[in-house]
Amino acid sequence: MIENNKLLEIQHLKQYFPVKSEQFFEKKVVKAVDDVSFHINKGETLGLVGESGCGKTTTGRTLLRLHEPTGGKIFYDGKDITHVNMLPYRRKMQIVFQDPYASLNPRMTVGDIVGEAIDIHHLAANAQERRERIVELLSLVGLNTEHANRYPHEFSGGQRQRVGIARALAVSPEFIVCDEPISALDVSIQAQVVNMFEELQQRMGLTYLFISHNLSVVKHISNRIGVMYLGKLVELADNYELTFHSVHPYTRSLISAIPIADPKVSRSTKRIVLEGDVPSPVNPPSGCRFRTRCFYADEQCAVEEPVWKEVSAGHFAACHHLDRVQ
Amino acid sequence: MNEYLVEIRNERLSFFTPAGEVKALNDVSLHVREGEVLGIVGESGSGKSVTSYSLMGLTAHPGRLIGGDIYFNGHHINKMSERELREIRGNEVSIIFQDPMTSLNPVFTVGNQIREVILMHTNKSRKEANERARELLQLVGINEPEKRLKQYPHELSGGMRQRVMIAIALACEPKLLIADEPTTALDVTIQAQIIELMMNLREKMGMSIILITHDLGVVAGMCDRIAVMYAGKVIESGTADEIFYQPSHEYTKGLLLSVPNINDREHKQLVPIEGLPVDMLNPPAGCPFAPRCRSCMKICLSTMPSYTKLSEEHYSACWLLDKAKFEGQSEVQHD
Repeated sequence: MIENNKLLEIQHLKQYFPVKSEQFFEKKVVKAVDDVSFHINKGETLGLVGESGCGKTTTGRTLLRLHEPTGGKIFYDGKDITHVNMLPYRRKMQIVFQDPYASLNPRMTVGDIVGEAIDIHHLAANAQERRERIVELLSLVGLNTEHANRYPHEFSGGQRQRVGIARALAVSPEFIVCDEPISALDVSIQAQVVNMFEELQQRMGLTYLFISHNLSVVKHISNRIGVMYLGKLVELADNYELTFHSVHPYTRSLISAIPIADPKVSRSTKRIVLEGDVPSPVNPPSGCRFRTRCFYADEQCAVEEPVWKEVSAGHFAACHHLDRVQ
Repeated sequence: MNEYLVEIRNERLSFFTPAGEVKALNDVSLHVREGEVLGIVGESGSGKSVTSYSLMGLTAHPGRLIGGDIYFNGHHINKMSERELREIRGNEVSIIFQDPMTSLNPVFTVGNQIREVILMHTNKSRKEANERARELLQLVGINEPEKRLKQYPHELSGGMRQRVMIAIALACEPKLLIADEPTTALDVTIQAQIIELMMNLREKMGMSIILITHDLGVVAGMCDRIAVMYAGKVIESGTADEIFYQPSHEYTKGLLLSVPNINDREHKQLVPIEGLPVDMLNPPAGCPFAPRCRSCMKICLSTMPSYTKLSEEHYSACWLLDKAKFEGQSEVQHD
């Protein structure tokens, strides 16, 4: 079982971005992440799902301090890292990006891409050791020695993503943010990469924050899952609890909207089809942000923001009508 | 003369690139009946889009049809002139693309773009065309159609733009709608809306649909029949149930095992298809899937298998179905 000690924790994390406004003096912001709190235990995978623009990627980047948070606190291994120099922590916290075409420098060889982190953190005493380390990392992700001298354009999408993972592993991190790492890959390649993430986790005791819009994949790889909507966390629970006993109306409709690869099941099940689009995060609805698309919404939802409460052990949700949904 | 609305026979299509000839389609045969939804499943580069674009006579340079016949609704497509093809496009057959932002013209209003199709293919006056455009927007579930007609694509959300694309495609009540990854760029909740809309419209208007996608979940819910493509070949085709419950080609089986199911109640290890996608410039000699196949035999590496008929609709191209013949032939081990 997973030990119950928190490796990473965020408390009331906020990330606002300024946007252009029509009035010159008026200051407008997008509340990309608004008051999000969760923790990730050592060796665990926390999945974060939601539709585009819900703030899942921003959450992942902010907790690595790739953006300076507007408010809230970030703790890593019990220490507050909200305002400290991140360099020592970069060795422990890494990220794998979504697009393996945009996140690898086209003018560097794969060996140098992976080796750059080794150089920055002085992890190799000499060139020989550096070379050995690069070869070791490449073989860890299923590439071979000869690949080190090639450039990113010579690789397929799946192989590039492996290079991205090798680069993240170069500093022997403890924690990796996986930001939609498989969305850009073909179906048959996705499973290879998902399995590799699982193997690496077992072998090296890694902790993941796995961000994706694909709930099936997130459920497969995660221990716990958080669901985000318009910058807010709306529900958080164990992966099976969340997929089979969700309580938030948004989570329910999200699960129901997933097309099932089984003709008989998909013919017989009735979908909950949400109406309308996700509102703009610049002017989110008052009260509960989901109310404009929710079947249960009433006056209370428009006025009062729902509180984050524990529904059952380890299962949290924010909704005024939990009793009615159940 | 023909029981099929669409029939493609032994189509061969190549792209003549500076790096060499890419055989994008290598002996592809397909058919679609009236009112039927055919799903074409495959990875990027498998030729699924090229097949359906060629059906409208749309083959991008440097591609060229080098063999085979394409019949659609009584027309012999590959014998028609560009002028004749223009009569059909948008009228008898139309298409919706993956990315509704790049396929709508950003400098014209929505109304303008819908009217264009109507004015081109019918004798309606501008006023009548405008009326029809309004009806179409209502049909695809856009509220306040009057206001939307005057808006530009950038003022609409992704789901709304895709609805406009569908409205344009349906303007002349086509016999066939080609939907090329219509929901890939959309969020799941919006995807569910668009799928529901397409299925409702098919019921209302009785058109056939060719749905191109890599998402097995989407085809499972929408299609009557499915064709699985790999490296420019249809490697298996059959009814949706046959493909999902009795897959016979190793690639199809592999695809089905490699996606997690949200309804699984315990953690199942995914079984990936090992290896890399085919290099279309240097395709393997025999079966294109052989280098990645778990049960590859010697013959697979040298000769392309022909189709084995498994039922009225179910065809599959795999030597394993003739395995008895090759008894004793050792399986090839890949490194």
